[in-house]
Amino acid sequence: MAAARSEHTDPKRDEAFRRELVGLIPHLRAFARTLCGDPTAADDLAQDAMLKAWDARQSFEMGTNMKAWTFMILRNQFYSEKRRSWRQSQLDQEAAERTLVAVDDPEAPVALDELRQGLGMLPIEQREALILVGAGGFAYEEAAAICDCAVGTVKSRVSRARRALQGILESGQYRRDGSAAGEAMASILAHAERLSQAK
Amino acid sequence: MRRSRSKSPSLDEARLRQQAIGVRLRQMFDEVVSEPVPDEFLQILRKADEKRSGEA
Repeated sequence: MAAARSEHTDPKRDEAFRRELVGLIPHLRAFARTLCGDPTAADDLAQDAMLKAWDARQSFEMGTNMKAWTFMILRNQFYSEKRRSWRQSQLDQEAAERTLVAVDDPEAPVALDELRQGLGMLPIEQREALILVGAGGFAYEEAAAICDCAVGTVKSRVSRARRALQGILESGQYRRDGSAAGEAMASILAHAERLSQAK
Repeated sequence: MRRSRSKSPSLDEARLRQQAIGVRLRQMFDEVVSEPVPDEFLQILRKADEKRSGEA
């Protein structure tokens, strides 16, 4: 896209923008990974979003929420790519189920893999709402702006996602290695307990 | 048998479970956030920046 960039660019502003954008890369990667599943596809998406944000920097109002702004760009990018080849998302889903298991965390507990897989089983609107609010640190209002929907819609998606995820974890629908149903939930509970005791 | 403070113990249990899932969800997300950013990202951004200065 060779947009007409005749406007004067302010190097100082660009530098401030760049620095803030670079700081957001890890978050963009994390959000992309929850949308795509496959880490390589996710990084491609995050890079595209980063470039789009950079190209659109003139339209960003410094001092406003750049994280929400870049997440919105990433999400739009994700859906426009998905529209282009909706079949890809099916493949992504399968790839996600294969690759999400291979986390390079030596002590990644089984439950974390299962949480990832459970997340992958949710409808995409529920998954993104839950991630934005439950992990990304966004308020419902911000998540609604990112997803371009009503606040009430985000709230209901998040609560449906929570219920569904709990159901998946408790019933052991993932059945990765024949582990008993509900084992993931038990492990997640034990983990939370350990954390609260450690405080 | 002591009655729990809230109306229903199963409600407490459900809340506990949701909290536990929430903790894990954040952990999962933060795990990726704390990964080192691949050099590629910064290279791409640098290239875009150079292109801009080149065009100017």
